[in-house]
Amino acid sequence: MNSIADGFTRAFGLMVTLDPEFLQIVFLSLQVSGTALVLATCMGLPLGAFLALRRVPLRGLALSLLNTGMGLPPVVVGLFLYLLLSRSGPLGFLALLYTPAAMIVAQTILALPIVASLSHAAIVSVDPVIRQAALTLGATPLQETLAVIKEARYAIMAGVIAGFGRVMAEVGAILVVGGNIAGYTRVMTTTIALETDKGNFELAIALGIILLGVSLVINLTLRLMQRAGRVGSAITSWA
Amino acid sequence: MGLKLEIANLAKTYNGNPVLRDCSFAFDRGQAHMLLGPNGSGKSTLFRILALLEKPDAGTVKYLDGDYLLNQELALRRQITLVLPTTGIFNASVFHNVAYGLKIRGVARGETEARVAAVLAAVGLAQKKFHRALDLSSGETKRMGIARAMVIDPEVFFLDEPTASLDPANAEIIENVILTMKRQRKTTIMMITHDPAQAQRLGDQLLYLKDGKIVPL
Repeated sequence: MNSIADGFTRAFGLMVTLDPEFLQIVFLSLQVSGTALVLATCMGLPLGAFLALRRVPLRGLALSLLNTGMGLPPVVVGLFLYLLLSRSGPLGFLALLYTPAAMIVAQTILALPIVASLSHAAIVSVDPVIRQAALTLGATPLQETLAVIKEARYAIMAGVIAGFGRVMAEVGAILVVGGNIAGYTRVMTTTIALETDKGNFELAIALGIILLGVSLVINLTLRLMQRAGRVGSAITSWA
Repeated sequence: MGLKLEIANLAKTYNGNPVLRDCSFAFDRGQAHMLLGPNGSGKSTLFRILALLEKPDAGTVKYLDGDYLLNQELALRRQITLVLPTTGIFNASVFHNVAYGLKIRGVARGETEARVAAVLAAVGLAQKKFHRALDLSSGETKRMGIARAMVIDPEVFFLDEPTASLDPANAEIIENVILTMKRQRKTTIMMITHDPAQAQRLGDQLLYLKDGKIVPL
């Protein structure tokens, strides 16, 4: 019990004194996961919308693959990415292994099926009469698609939140392709794993608290945005 | 002044059942055409084909501005509109719902606000401008659907049972709006109704859809 209490006390010390190593790890985590989430959303949302709104061959197979991708084991993603990016691999010339860029790629691969699959589910659940209403009012195919996506925006946001949860909590893939190099590719989850192994609980606990806090703040913010959108859509601006 | 509409030899089959058979007719511009007929006779299907939401299995639909044939689909779709029996409500304010057709046409904000205000006043929803559209009553929702179509100032206005299941007060507001469009704008009105008295009140021409064909009454 003493070691746990001691760990918490020293963890708060790290946070209050804004320890540089601690801050660097937190910022790199947010940078990697944030970039991966943006990339996954930029690719996953159009993919989900395309599969939801257009009749394309092999759509069922594509959806099955996406749904399978939602449960991709991170370590397996890390392994395949490692094989691709290692010096002898087909993408070795890019020299991305053990860089934050490789970690971003890994997390994007993990988040993409979640964002795409949940976006698809959100868009297909929009009442078909919405599409017809847009068409009867003179919408082009693109405007019709945007109208449907706009209707699904709160459910899509839930998919993005789920994707964020996945990448923020992920440790296996980024450990393999990032290498957990101090000051360069060490992020919150990999540091927690490493420091726990070493018995240095204070940094692990401090990062654990921050990890939980960041997740809580982002989820609460998105939740408030959803609520404000539902309740206050009536008074939103023209644009 | 609305457009003239000519259909020739239209045919449409659903699940093996022919709902339109060799259906031909010419609808004069600026007139109100009331279409009656039993449920399942193909009235809504005909309207969806005429409003270019569905393709017929056979036959042609021609829109004419005087003698000029309109054949650019998007430009034509933007001159006609169909008020569906179920109003597809966007999860936004009444203003945003009504302004949608203008927004996608790139109409300037000032003009949009003025036109939306005018149509909302016409359907008695001026006070609900900033309300959430999903919170409107069924009568108000129908009126908002009419306002949303009216605001784009269509040349041909299709209405699929616009007053179905409405109380007399709401129905009267909608009827007055239709009459105003017909008299002041000379819009070509095409309306499905099950109420012969309403058809008499609003229509210049009463039509009946029987055995997949249009028959004048």
